[in-house]
Amino acid sequence: MPENSKLNLDRGYKTMLLSVKDLSVSIDNKEILRGINFQVNPGEIHAIMGPNGSGKSTFASVLAGRTGYIINSGEVIFGGKNLLELSPEDRAREGLFLAFQYPVEIPGISNATFLKTALNEIRKYKGEEELDAMEFLALMKEKMKLVGMDSALISRPVNHGFSGGEKKRNEVFQLTVLEPRLAILDETDSGLDIDALKIVANGVNLYKGDSREKSVVLVTHYQRLLDYIVPDFVHVLYNGRIVKSGGKELAFELEEKGYDWIKEENKEPAAV
Amino acid sequence: MSEVPDKTNITDYYYSGFKLFEDSLNGQLKTKVHQLRNEAIKDFSRLGFPAVSNEEWKYTNIKPILKVNFKPAQLADKTTGMFPAINSNTVKLFLIPELKVNLIVFVNGVYNSELSNIPSELTGIKIESLADILKGGSDFITEKIIPESKINDGFAALNKAFTSDGAIVTVADNAVIDEPVHLMFLSGSDSENLLVQPHNYIFAGRNSRVKIIESFHSISENANLINSLSEIFIEENARITHYKIQNDSADSGQVNRTQVYQQRSSVFTSFAITFDGALVRNDIYTVFQGEGGESHLYGLYLANGKSHIDNHTMIDHAAARCQSNEFYKGILDDHARGVFNGKVMVRRDAQKTLAYQSNKNLLLSKFARVDTKPQLEIFADDVKCSHGATVGQLNDESVFYLRSRGIGADMARSILINAFASDIIDQIDIEPLREYLNNKILDKLNKV
Repeated sequence: MPENSKLNLDRGYKTMLLSVKDLSVSIDNKEILRGINFQVNPGEIHAIMGPNGSGKSTFASVLAGRTGYIINSGEVIFGGKNLLELSPEDRAREGLFLAFQYPVEIPGISNATFLKTALNEIRKYKGEEELDAMEFLALMKEKMKLVGMDSALISRPVNHGFSGGEKKRNEVFQLTVLEPRLAILDETDSGLDIDALKIVANGVNLYKGDSREKSVVLVTHYQRLLDYIVPDFVHVLYNGRIVKSGGKELAFELEEKGYDWIKEENKEPAAV
Repeated sequence: MSEVPDKTNITDYYYSGFKLFEDSLNGQLKTKVHQLRNEAIKDFSRLGFPAVSNEEWKYTNIKPILKVNFKPAQLADKTTGMFPAINSNTVKLFLIPELKVNLIVFVNGVYNSELSNIPSELTGIKIESLADILKGGSDFITEKIIPESKINDGFAALNKAFTSDGAIVTVADNAVIDEPVHLMFLSGSDSENLLVQPHNYIFAGRNSRVKIIESFHSISENANLINSLSEIFIEENARITHYKIQNDSADSGQVNRTQVYQQRSSVFTSFAITFDGALVRNDIYTVFQGEGGESHLYGLYLANGKSHIDNHTMIDHAAARCQSNEFYKGILDDHARGVFNGKVMVRRDAQKTLAYQSNKNLLLSKFARVDTKPQLEIFADDVKCSHGATVGQLNDESVFYLRSRGIGADMARSILINAFASDIIDQIDIEPLREYLNNKILDKLNKV
């Protein structure tokens, strides 16, 4: 049982934005997630940390709806809906956003056209009016300033020829335009130097602001990002389970002690 | 209705058609043009239609198309209103929106002055009908045409045997023609299956610039067979951009040959965009007859259902310091079949040749198929040549990325297919034409 279990107490089904119960997932007959329990309320920032191979990216991918995984058991409720039954596009339309660890390049469609199409599909779904070209351009200009995005990159094909840092910044840019209820950032800090990291973090913070309507889940290996995006809760994922939860101090403890301490505490009994 | 003949008599059938056609020609039998026709029909009788044993037709079997006896349009009965009623509204359907052009319209291979729109005060360019020129007793064709090397192709021979009408576009030296010339071929009969064989000539004088659009459309439900030949002569330093749009009915066949002769420092740019057709075969042949020339050949073929689209190109670097560049892309779905065969010949004295070729294909279904074959024959030693071909499917990761942003699966697919096509469409320098083609692609994709 994880410590600080009061953090994981059922805080009321109706108010919860994301509720993951006993989620167990396999790839190719190998169990990667072994019963994840995890909740996010509106307005919270959570960090999920863990050593490589713990299942962090798998968790993010399963929430976004990537195929290739077998859901063995468990349930995920997002905004009152059964998330695992929704298509990837419906999850996005319901307000879930995944900032990819390795964003793909799509030559032949510009960042602007892609984003405009996505935003309007989401607005249509919510019964809102679609933005025309002028309105969208105005919105984009506003958001580009927030993230410090070079306007020349907007008319370039999606992520085409972008450096690693530019791709991550583009993920955060999309985030600010689409304004999801829940943003999951999958190792957004990996491969970034300190300056790029600050820009990305700034974008996320500006997007989140003080809003009680927006929540963020940061999936990260290193504590560094959490200096700039300060989490309300930190969880440690090890061997497919959340084995520890705490406040932001937990991140400092991990930084100091490394993950061996966690591994020691959660050593599995030898099979007979 | 034509009867389906004994298969071995197909060549005879068209030969007797030629005889009937000849009978209808008054006073033309002694002309040099008719001499060429006679030589051509002899060649056709010798060659017949190409079989799959012919290396150039290995992947394209035309026998099924030829099961129907197509009546040469010259022999069709025009008097009893068997041609569908066409007026300017029909023509409007096939014009490129927002694009001003010099329009010349052919109905079943015959020039139609009423439907055409050739300004009476054109400077620097003459747009005429071949039939009118021949009626006037002119032998101009044989004067201007370089003596042909032996005809090796049955379809080309048949076209030349029936030479009677087509567009003659002559651009004067130094003329820069702003408005593109649109050659529009409308074909079809409500009661017969027609064989329509336009023979076009395009002459670009020294330093001239002109854009030529050729489009082919069906105007009736009955299948027809187009066998067209365009001969393009580009003088020193002239530039021609040629856009060929094939958006015909799914039942029709089209064999389309473009032969280009390039003089020193000339530039030939070609776009072959094919959306439909039971069987479409495009041959583009260009030869550098002077140094420093350029040839840029682009192609896009979208095939679904049981369509068969075959693009053959041949670039003959017969002179030094010339540059050729080929980029063809195919998108194939259902049981469609695509063929790309790009031949580049670099002759012994063609030093400093640059020749690049690329063919990329996207297969959208399990049964779609493409045969892609580059052929480079290089006899010079100071050259830079490359070729590449790919066949692939839609990238799953790209589809997921789009869906993860709220774009539905079908729309994501359309976007990616469009993105794939954009490499070719974006090269087109006429904005309304780009717009028109992008819309056509979307229309086609929504049916896919």
